[in-house]
Amino acid sequence: MMAARFLRRSLPVLRQARCYADAPSGSAQMSFTFASPTQVYFKEASVKQVDVPTLTGAFGILPAHVPTLQVLRPGVVTVFNDDGSATKFFVSSGSITVNADSSVQLLAEEAFPLDQLDVAAAKANLEKAQSEMVSASDEAARAEVQINIDANEAIVKALE
Amino acid sequence: MFARTSALVFLPQCGQVRNMATLKDITIRLKSIKNIQKITKSMKMVAAAKYARAERQLKPARVYGNGAGALYEKAEIKAPEGVANKHLLIGVSSDRGLCGAVHSNVAKAIKAKIANLTGEGKEVMVVNVGDKLRNILQRTHGSYLLLSCKEVGRKPPTFTDASIVATELLNMGYEFDQGAVIYNRFRSVISYKTDEKPIFSIDTVANSENMGIYDDIDADVLRNYQEFALVNTIYFGLKESTTSEQSARMTAMDSASKNASEMIDKLTLTFNRTRQAVITKELIEIISGAAALT
Repeated sequence: MMAARFLRRSLPVLRQARCYADAPSGSAQMSFTFASPTQVYFKEASVKQVDVPTLTGAFGILPAHVPTLQVLRPGVVTVFNDDGSATKFFVSSGSITVNADSSVQLLAEEAFPLDQLDVAAAKANLEKAQSEMVSASDEAARAEVQINIDANEAIVKALE
Repeated sequence: MFARTSALVFLPQCGQVRNMATLKDITIRLKSIKNIQKITKSMKMVAAAKYARAERQLKPARVYGNGAGALYEKAEIKAPEGVANKHLLIGVSSDRGLCGAVHSNVAKAIKAKIANLTGEGKEVMVVNVGDKLRNILQRTHGSYLLLSCKEVGRKPPTFTDASIVATELLNMGYEFDQGAVIYNRFRSVISYKTDEKPIFSIDTVANSENMGIYDDIDADVLRNYQEFALVNTIYFGLKESTTSEQSARMTAMDSASKNASEMIDKLTLTFNRTRQAVITKELIEIISGAAALT
């Protein structure tokens, strides 16, 4: 008698339905933070895709990308918003973190929208840097000039 | 003869003889306090302007700094417990005073942490950014100072400043396992709190358990990433610290000006009373003189 009463009370138990494996849980969107020390472009925004240039190559990041850490090289970052439009930014260097919960932090040392850059000034800087390369004396100076050249080349390539 | 002259010169004053402050003394004091009040008022205006700018720059810096620390939080990176770790504390402050308890708060936090860590037998070194911090720490904890940075606080800190600090620190060659940046976190115009953000070495991060889920990482990438993260944390600490310092200076100068005006009020009353007493005395002398004649 008592057992029956207990049984009835415990009856409305959720019946675990068995089905195929669930799709990977967690946000189907990525929480995208893109900032430079002086300006924030995206803060925990939801975007469709981000293309980044890294030291090991350029790759695109979609929501639920495998977690990774990468270091950026001078180049163009393209952000594809949810509504389909794409915005491009030039970054000089920095880092990108993709975490397991689909949050992406893109921290750039310097980042500017492409329309704020002047291709003529970039070309002039590139030529100056290339001539400095010839006269650079020691390793450190040569490395600095090389960085200068890389950055300016990337700007010119991005703007053309 | 000699005894007489010496008796004239030496006047023993038994007990305290207080002369009433003459009008001239009070005038001098009043003038100097009024000058001080002008100075503190102008310092408050300057601090208010600098604070407004610092707070504006803090907004993006906060997003940036929090983004930099996100990896450490999400991957829950911590150094292996129990092992004799080498710690590194970076105290962020500035060179200039008259800003309340900003410097002493950071120094207190550093001293407490040093006491904790040496009690547990761990090795610790301190990097300080800002002369005031060095002055406070050098007397008692001078042996722990690894690196000291000057010329902080005159102009708003930039990313370049943070990268200079990080470069020098890494060049010193102190192989730390983990550490913290200790700074004053800005809460509001009237309040700030001493806080810390963790930093880790490349090995600690690489060997941490959750790092396995991060794909495609080689040593070079990790080293670059870590160095960048270090600069970001220092930059974040610098920005928060400046904002707290300017708001503290504004409050301090404000209360100094208020105190000065209180003193001015009191002294003005005393001045008027003294002036009236002097006039009354002169009148009495004249009247009694005239009465004596008639």
